[in-house]
Amino acid sequence: MRMRKIAIASAALCALVQPLIAKTIPVAPGDGAQERLQEALISAVPGDVVELAAGKFVLTDGLSLDVNKVTLKGQGAKETVLDFSGQQGAGEGLLVTSDDVILRDFAVENSKGDGIKSKGADRIVYHKLRVEWTGGPKESNGAYGVYPVESKDVLVDSVIVRGASDAGIYVGQSRNIIVRDSIVTENVAGIEIENSYDADVYDNIATHNTGGVLIFDLPNLPQMGGKNVRVFDNIIVDNMTPNFAPKGNIVANVPTGTGVMVMANRNVEIFDNVLGENGTTNIMVVGYRFEHKDPTYDPLPQNVVIWDNQHGRAGWDPKFRGGAEIAAAMGGSFPAIFWDGAGGPSKAPIVMDTVPALSLGLTDIKADPTTAQPGPLAAATSRPAALPAIKMPEAMEAAVR
Amino acid sequence: MRLLLLSAMAIFAGAIVAAQPAKLIADESIISASNPATLSAFGFFGGTPDRPAGALIPYQLNTPLFSDYADKQRFIYLPAGTKISAAADGRLNFPVGAALIKSFGYPAGDGKLQVIETRLLLHRAEGWVALPYVWRKDGSDADLRVGGTRLAVSFTKPDGAHMDISYAVPNKNQCKQCHVSGDQVVPIGPIWQNMRFMLDADRRRILQDNPALAKLPAEAIWNDTKSGTLEQRAHVYLRVNCGHCHAPKGSASNSGLFLDGSAKDLSAYGIGKRPVAAGRASGDMDFIVESGKPARSILINRMKSVDPGIAMPELGRAASHDEGVKLLEEWIASMPPSAAH
Repeated sequence: MRMRKIAIASAALCALVQPLIAKTIPVAPGDGAQERLQEALISAVPGDVVELAAGKFVLTDGLSLDVNKVTLKGQGAKETVLDFSGQQGAGEGLLVTSDDVILRDFAVENSKGDGIKSKGADRIVYHKLRVEWTGGPKESNGAYGVYPVESKDVLVDSVIVRGASDAGIYVGQSRNIIVRDSIVTENVAGIEIENSYDADVYDNIATHNTGGVLIFDLPNLPQMGGKNVRVFDNIIVDNMTPNFAPKGNIVANVPTGTGVMVMANRNVEIFDNVLGENGTTNIMVVGYRFEHKDPTYDPLPQNVVIWDNQHGRAGWDPKFRGGAEIAAAMGGSFPAIFWDGAGGPSKAPIVMDTVPALSLGLTDIKADPTTAQPGPLAAATSRPAALPAIKMPEAMEAAVR
Repeated sequence: MRLLLLSAMAIFAGAIVAAQPAKLIADESIISASNPATLSAFGFFGGTPDRPAGALIPYQLNTPLFSDYADKQRFIYLPAGTKISAAADGRLNFPVGAALIKSFGYPAGDGKLQVIETRLLLHRAEGWVALPYVWRKDGSDADLRVGGTRLAVSFTKPDGAHMDISYAVPNKNQCKQCHVSGDQVVPIGPIWQNMRFMLDADRRRILQDNPALAKLPAEAIWNDTKSGTLEQRAHVYLRVNCGHCHAPKGSASNSGLFLDGSAKDLSAYGIGKRPVAAGRASGDMDFIVESGKPARSILINRMKSVDPGIAMPELGRAASHDEGVKLLEEWIASMPPSAAH
């Protein structure tokens, strides 16, 4: 017993005398990259930088990081490539499960599942990364490119994602989020904020996706009631890539040619964006219209406010059931903004854009879209007080400055 | 005593030749913050993996986690003078200084188990630590491989089919991925109702210290049709194979699919539940479990697949578990088809 006490005491002492000065652990591509890189990620201590050399790391399994306050950095999103073409195991390329992690200046290519996932990883920074399925849009590509979930303080800055068969940048069940200065192209959904609270999505380019930016809330999940999301200063154009998501996924229901889609969220602001060349519509606000048995879930969108967006062409080829008929009745084209009517007039989005907006009049959340009774959605003359800007802890902003 | 052990081993584990006479286990290796580079530093085995120290308590699980058809040998180590306690639900609690030891292998040509790796769960003062050790080819010792590794393995499945797979030894983080609950690493397997001890003395000793365990109802065994209903057997299979991640505090907490026994409604069990982040694993299907329709259930699709972007569980699945798939197919087929979802 006495022995053990001494042993415990000496173990504690060992922990205390671990080096306090942060070190850099260099890792180069080449033979044994999988084990060398994974061992570096495991042996790192808080404060360390794991630095990837330029070149292609040929990997056989998913990588993971579970140490707080570690930076994983490469030499650039073109120069340092983590190649998962030969991946044999794990559901993602890189998994982060620790706090205060910075990921920067590298690329993840052709992972079998998701690209980079961070779960329960607070204050994570994704910076100057590229996640790409290099064959372009394919149903066999992984689901999410950048995938933070169940986290607080998420900063995605200057990231490129191409080819995700679900969402390029997907933030789920998180709070306090910024997605900015990023490019999402040839994904099913460009950027998706789902079941999350307090998010700013700005200065991004979403093009050649099926849908540009999605703000969703779904039932039967630990965190629901998605709210307080601002989408502004983005370029969301030409999202006409035919939907290539496997059916069954929620995004498989996103009509090809969607700019921004809000589903069942509360307090969403869409302003100062450039939208156009989206064949279904530029902005769509809808309820969650699938069967569910979750009494705690609210399927209706509410307090969606839309103003000062620039609208180019939209709505010439609406790709949802009943859409073509409505477009024909309206002279061949669908409007740039529409609301499905879910919940009736008290739930109507407040629209101050200068383009015509439409309500489909589907007040009953269970109504069939083919029974729509379209009517104009009157422009509003005033809007409620704006949501506050999202702020990240200073250390996170410093990391990308 | 020795004879009893031998026969028990022959029945349950096959290849373990004999327990070593009482050998000193290096208690300080278990609780020290530094991780020994070799397995021999602990003294759990007398050289080769088929020679467990006499101080180890061998046990089996009635319903085990499937890991690419590997055979597993499980042991508990308790420091002298310490005891196992038990929670009301039968989950065993181990004192600091205890270790859970699990060897993985496949039968060699002579039928003898060829152990590939031994995974340790060490209970230190600051919590449990999971470490993978890979045996050397000559079986002389096993080396710590925190980064994991892959090995080519051949074996014969129960249906007689020959398999060549790339066997994955998990890295330290992957050990934690399955063993995590909240921020803590925890043991998964040792739940009294699912355990079987090779030595009756071990069983009786734990019962003596925890008399309430004797009152726990027996649990269904996944592949024993007499042990419980189809649903009970399916539930225990799901708990053991999926419930460590699919739990409110597990690695798959964000899925809302809870197979650890905590589900309070059908949806949390996957029945009529739409996928959230399944990606292409949804395979053009709408629900995790579609009542009455195993072929339309994403759960079955993911269990059958060995594609890393689809396969569930995510680790230890270079092969699919045909017999487990069959059980869950029968379970889903037995549910009345529901028009509601």
